[in-house]
Formats: sequence, C-alpha cells, structure tokens
Amino acid sequence: MDRIPILKMGRFLLVTIQVDLYDRLATNLEADLVQAVSTTGARGVLIDISALTIVDSFMGRIIGNIGSMAKIMDAETVVVGIQPAVAITLIELGLELKGVHTALNVERGMQLLQEKIGPEDETTDDDSSTE
Amino acid sequence: MKQDIAKLLQKKKKQLLENWMTNQLADSALREDLMSNEELRGQSEEFVESLLNTINGSNIAEPSSSDFDPVLEILAGISMSRARQGFSPRETGYYIFSLKDALLQILQDEIKDPVQLFESSMQVTRLVDSFSTVTFETFIKGREDVILRQTDEIAEISTPVIRVWDGIVALPIIGTLDSARTQVVMENLLEQIVQTGSSIAILDISGVPAVDSLVAQHLIKTVSATRLMGAECIISGIRPEIAQTVVHLGIDLSNIVTKASLASALRYAFSMLQLEVKKKTKVITQ
Repeated sequence: MDRIPILKMGRFLLVTIQVDLYDRLATNLEADLVQAVSTTGARGVLIDISALTIVDSFMGRIIGNIGSMAKIMDAETVVVGIQPAVAITLIELGLELKGVHTALNVERGMQLLQEKIGPEDETTDDDSSTE
Repeated sequence: MKQDIAKLLQKKKKQLLENWMTNQLADSALREDLMSNEELRGQSEEFVESLLNTINGSNIAEPSSSDFDPVLEILAGISMSRARQGFSPRETGYYIFSLKDALLQILQDEIKDPVQLFESSMQVTRLVDSFSTVTFETFIKGREDVILRQTDEIAEISTPVIRVWDGIVALPIIGTLDSARTQVVMENLLEQIVQTGSSIAILDISGVPAVDSLVAQHLIKTVSATRLMGAECIISGIRPEIAQTVVHLGIDLSNIVTKASLASALRYAFSMLQLEVKKKTKVITQ
C-alpha cells in the first residue's frame, strides 16, 4: 500500500510529492492529510509538487479539495513549486485552485504560511519557543 | 538525316557557356552587389556541365524524365540561394531565360534545315521552360522559408521578459495577442519567474492595439497561471480606449490588479515588497 509521507514541522504539515501521482495515491493522500490535520491540530499545510510533471483534472481537483477541507478545519494550504507546464495545464483545464495559496518554493511557502497564521498562540501547544 | 541536338550541344559546350555568360552580363539587371561575376560563372558552368552530361537524343524530348533530376537539384539549389540573397524574381527568371537564348543561338548557327531547326528549337524551348517552372517553384519556396523564419524571430523578439528589480519581472507585450502568442508569452513569463525567483510580474499591454474578449481571456489565463506559480501579476498600460472596450464588452477584470502605467505598477510592486524609493536629500553642512 503506497502512501505519501506527511511530516509535521512545528505547527505545519509538510507533504512533498516525489512520485507521479496516480488516482489511488491522490485519494489516499487526501484522506490521510485531513486525518493528520485533525490529529495534530496543524494550522497550515504545505504541499510541494515541484517534482510533479504531469497533472490532470483529477489531480487538480484533489489539490483543490485538500485546500477546501483544510480550510474548514481552520488550516491554510499552500501549494509550492508548480512547474510552468503544470500551471499552464491547470489553467487550460479551468482549474484555478481558488481555495489554496501558492508560492514559488518551499521557503517562500513557509514564509507565507507564517504570515497567514500570525504569531504563535501561547495556548495551543506546549511549545517552548518564547521571544 | 536527323542531327542529334544533344551531341551538337555537347560539342559546343564552351561556346554555349560563353553565349550564356555574355547574355547574363549584358542584362541591365545584373546584380554585381549580390554576386560576383566569377561566382556567377562558376554557378553557370556547373549547371551547363550537369545539363550536357544528362541530355541525350532520347530524353531531350521529355523534360519530365527522371534523368533530369540531378540537373533540377542544382537548379533548385541555385534559385533557393538566390531567394535568400535577395534577388528579385525577374533577376532569377532572367538567369534561366538567358540560357534559352544561348541554346537557340547555337542551334541557329549550326542547323541549316528550317524544319529541323524549328523542331529542335521547340524541344529546347520546352526543356528550358520546364526548368524555369522548377526555378520559380523553388525560388518562391525559398522566399517562404525566409518569411517563416522571420515570423519565428518576431515571435521570439516580441516576448522579452525584463527583470526590473529583485523579485519583479516585467513583460511588455507589443502587437496583437492571439492564442499562439499567449502560449509563448505565458511559457516565457513562467519560465522567467522560476529562474529569477520573482514574486511579482508586470504585464504591460500599452503596445497591444486592441483588446477584445478573446485577448482579455488570454490575459486572464496568463494572470491565473502566474498566480498558480505563487507570484502576483499586475496588468499595466491600460489606455483609455482599452478601458472603454473592456467595460463595453462586459469583461470582468475586477479580481486582477490593473494600473494605468508601468510606473504606477512598479510603485505598487514596490509597496507590495515593502520597498521605498526616496529622493536623496543633500545634507548641507555649515
């Protein structure tokens, strides 16, 4: 059973897709990710698809779905590293990924998430980082 | 007895070449600026050589015979190169027609019997006519190649992506936007965004003569694709006429940042990146 690893990084979840997504893998990812958001209480999800070279309407919809699902669970989604060809394909398919934010690379995506979510709340976790 | 014209011509090769060269050099349209006389002579010699090697008593009457393929190949090469060098169709045409004159001149000198002279003249005329058809075909093809290459160049030149600041790229679009060009523009822009790691792209459309719903559709697509890449896209250079047509056509550009000039787009981009442009104040010490 293939799964795409979901890593927890502080308040965020990090997913890097390194293989070509096939339909089953994508639906699994959707389910796993929503589950992970719920169990970890993550405030942001970062999906890196820079290795993805082929995309179809199903993948586009799954990514959009993940964004919307995370949104109603109070987590922001950032998709990073969309290849030019993939971006053009998505637009031609009429998928603008309305529910998700996009960034050029992982670094920018992290920055964006931090801006969107704002400074850390004291009450959320037993995190020891203090200013 | 019927004289063999092919044999006759082969015997008179030197004179034929001389006649042809004289004819060509006598023409007022000779383009010495494009091709030197030596080069012209070399070209003509090669052609005459190959022609005389090919013709014989039987195939001279059939210009479409496959025997002439190598001759036609040389001819095609010559007219193709002439098209590229910028010869006019008239000059290229004269090249082959002056050969006919040279051939007929020889026949006239050598054949005394009027009936036979007429017959062989007709044969030669037909043969040269078929050559000239090929010449024109390839000449026009050469020209078309030139046009095609230029079209490609224009498409390439007209989509330069300029890096105006750290993290800001600008793309001035000049000329009409059609589907094929949008594709090129979009690809170039996205490619550059990745390469430079820019987060803002300015699409300047002051050079676009008219915006109709199709062009607007293309613009919207480009903006959406840039957003997917994680960059913000600003459209600048909206002229009053363009604003009028856009509103009259009922195109909704409200979710795209639009600015009247490139300068204001740049100012907006600076404010998005939290940059500030300040005038340097001179400190006067007294």
